[in-house]
Amino acid sequence: MPFGLGIAKGMMVTLRNLVRKPVTVQYPEQRVVQNPRFRGEDFVWYEERCTGCASCAKYCPQGIIKIVTSPSGEQTQEGEKYKIETFDIEIARCMFCGLCVEACPYDALHMGTGFERAMPRKADLVITVDELRASAKRPSTWFRPQLQERGYEPASGEEVSWQDAGREATVAPTYDDMLKRWVEKR
Amino acid sequence: MESSFDKNALFANLNEIFLDLLPESLSWMAYLGTGLTIILIMVNAVLMLTAFGTYMERRVLGRFQTRLGPNRVGPFGLLQPLADLLKLITKEDLRPESADKITFFLAPVLMVTSMLAVVAVVPFGKDSFLADLNIGVLYLVGIPTIATVSMFLGGWGSGNRFALLGAARAVAMLISYEVPMIVSLAGILILAGSMSLVDVVQAQQIPFILLQPIAFFVFLVSASAEMNRSPFDLMEAESELTAGFHTEFSGMRFGLLQLAEFGEVVVTSAILATLFLRGWENPFIPSDWQQVLPPQIWLIGKMLFFMLIFTWIRATLPRMRIDQVMAFAWKVLFPLALINMFVTAALVVAWPDPTYTQLWMMVGVNWAVAIGCLTGYTLSRGRHRQKPTESVRLVQLPSEVS
Repeated sequence: MPFGLGIAKGMMVTLRNLVRKPVTVQYPEQRVVQNPRFRGEDFVWYEERCTGCASCAKYCPQGIIKIVTSPSGEQTQEGEKYKIETFDIEIARCMFCGLCVEACPYDALHMGTGFERAMPRKADLVITVDELRASAKRPSTWFRPQLQERGYEPASGEEVSWQDAGREATVAPTYDDMLKRWVEKR
Repeated sequence: MESSFDKNALFANLNEIFLDLLPESLSWMAYLGTGLTIILIMVNAVLMLTAFGTYMERRVLGRFQTRLGPNRVGPFGLLQPLADLLKLITKEDLRPESADKITFFLAPVLMVTSMLAVVAVVPFGKDSFLADLNIGVLYLVGIPTIATVSMFLGGWGSGNRFALLGAARAVAMLISYEVPMIVSLAGILILAGSMSLVDVVQAQQIPFILLQPIAFFVFLVSASAEMNRSPFDLMEAESELTAGFHTEFSGMRFGLLQLAEFGEVVVTSAILATLFLRGWENPFIPSDWQQVLPPQIWLIGKMLFFMLIFTWIRATLPRMRIDQVMAFAWKVLFPLALINMFVTAALVVAWPDPTYTQLWMMVGVNWAVAIGCLTGYTLSRGRHRQKPTESVRLVQLPSEVS
């Protein structure tokens, strides 16, 4: 190989890079579109589905979900739900494993696709129940890939209603159903 | 003084303006005022170009690495040098306890001064230059050596072992690279018949980059070694020496060192443009072409071209080892420069007053010699290339022991 050919080759490589389009994403103005199955923050919570069973809190390896419920006095029958007073997710310690979402028996909790929750203080890194109620219902399709098959894309801004987000919505059992299940079966 | 007025039209015109402005008794101040005005213009031009050079270098380097480079401050990031300057000025200026006061203070100042002083001999238009030294080329290889001294002053005065090691490397390397640099310029001087840069520009019927390919290569390489740029930036090898001789400098002292470093790129580009690409004239070969652009624009354009080439080299080549650097200077560049000098001298002896055709024949001969050197070096390298020997295999496999 002639002396200097290696250098010439290297120079050509950099020259080719010069005319290529830069790969930089100008972050605050442009954002990388996350994969629909990205497990991100801003949990999506469907209050209509949630019964306040606190399975998510029990399964959380970090123990960062705090749920306080109270019998509302309206739907106190079994299979009905509690009123949720507190649903704090201390996201500073969250590792986005998704076990809370897997644990939820009613598909009420979903991961989001966001990644921008930088805060000046660690104490601020808590998602409260009001925030969960108000947040956009754009769940990650990580636990429900069926959503993707329906053409849903979290980045497009379209929201998913609570009926579509999970399995068949549970209908509150009537007294007769309960009777059938608990009395006549035996 | 009279002779400089005859040749230097810019100087003469400015001088007349000053003479009109000043009263009769103060006419001696006109000369001073003229000189200071031209110095002011040139220093500011160099500093502005340096500021633009840092911006351009960062942008182009970014594009070489498929990123964008600074683009936040001002339109397209053009005000980035200003932001850098403000940041450096507002930084605290620290001086270590163990530092030597005088040398620590002198190092950045000397470095910037030597960088700026070189520009004095570069002509930037027809009959316009600051000084037409008859030893111009000697001046512009001599003055940058002060930068070497100031580097050592800085390294020594910092009272820091990294700085001292970096300075020692710098001195060892820069002195080695002075030699091929000067010898490579000898070919140009033989062709031009003068050491004055004004005459060198006028002597270039054909750009010397064509007539002296070996000299151009040697000068380019040793100039980038003189500027401490990649691949020869091992005196500030951050993986070994923190930042080399300027480890302890902070605030505007550091800013001055950086200014000198980037300013040397501008100055060296100006020298390259003057010596090899016909300076302020248009670089095209029919030299009787009309000047389509003003000469200053030609010169600045060529400087930007060479700055781009230096950026390209920096973007591509990795840092060399100290023994490779020294071996390259003494085993490759120095013989090449000597060969070039002898060939050029022989050609000039053969054709003492070359016509245009003879000049083109010189171009042919020089390129043939360049290609011959390349081939010869390739062949010799192939013959001496070490083959992997037994001694390389330090670990003996169990099957080989028996």
